[in-house]
Amino acid sequence: MKAFTVEIRVMPRAALLDPQGQAVQHALHALGFTDIGTVRVGKHLVVEVQAATREEATAQVRTMCDRLLANPVTEDYHVAVENR
Amino acid sequence: MRRVAVVVFPGSNCDADTLDAARAAGSDAYYVWHRDTDLRQADAVILPGGFSYGDYLRSGAIARFSPVLQAVAAHARAGGAVLGICNGFQILCEAGLLPGALMRNARLKFLSRPVRVRVEATDTPFTLAYQRGEELTLPIAHGDGRYVADAATAALLEAGGQVVWRYAGDNPNGSTNDIAGVCSAGRNVVGIMPHPERRNAPVLGGQDGARVFLSLEARHATQHADDLRAVDGRHLRV
Repeated sequence: MKAFTVEIRVMPRAALLDPQGQAVQHALHALGFTDIGTVRVGKHLVVEVQAATREEATAQVRTMCDRLLANPVTEDYHVAVENR
Repeated sequence: MRRVAVVVFPGSNCDADTLDAARAAGSDAYYVWHRDTDLRQADAVILPGGFSYGDYLRSGAIARFSPVLQAVAAHARAGGAVLGICNGFQILCEAGLLPGALMRNARLKFLSRPVRVRVEATDTPFTLAYQRGEELTLPIAHGDGRYVADAATAALLEAGGQVVWRYAGDNPNGSTNDIAGVCSAGRNVVGIMPHPERRNAPVLGGQDGARVFLSLEARHATQHADDLRAVDGRHLRV
């Protein structure tokens, strides 16, 4: 078994209203950052996983995302696996 | 008298009000702890409002995996009546027992105030004692109350008459099609964002929510012409 660190990015689906992102965008505008476009706010999770291979670690984490970490109705996720 | 199980999660905070409202309507209501897997022959199950498991990750996401939800899902699959109020609605969506999801209010603020709601469907176990098109005043208390469903799902809900309550006039949270509550295709699983249990007696400012609970009793009362009128809020024990 090898140890992997898996970083997961969970983002609200682009088609959906992201009021948190909008509020941050307004605050950035207020600070004088007028050249910015859309801001979106999501979640970043770091999970330590024991697995035989990198592929197995990825597969495990994708299952975690499908079952719990992301809501399939409203969110998309991206998984990046690193050796520890 | 129907047996009504009120599920208690760590972080539930409307469980006592919900139990009281069900009892006031004449039901034999009792608590079921989230670790229990026995609903004790419940006729109906209610998931109350609150912040189950601290709303960590997403509202309702962790409650969905509690042992009791297996029993609730089995009860729902067998056609049993299930109502999710506020956080309970979020849990039912996360569990896939209702379509869609509940997201952060469009204007980000946690809202706690009365709103106007229109009854759109009376053929569910929890709205039987209402008139279709009737407008109610019910309190909301939520930060994640914006019901969302993709266009295809929303169209199916509308076509199937699965929108049970809709905000009338002002939509407080930006929900799709002003939806305040929906039911499953089988009509036995129902979710509502406002809190009917907080408005079931004159002392609470009104009793527009009482018939959600009285509907359960009315459904099984001897079908007599006067029965529905008898449960129309007037025989409420306060």
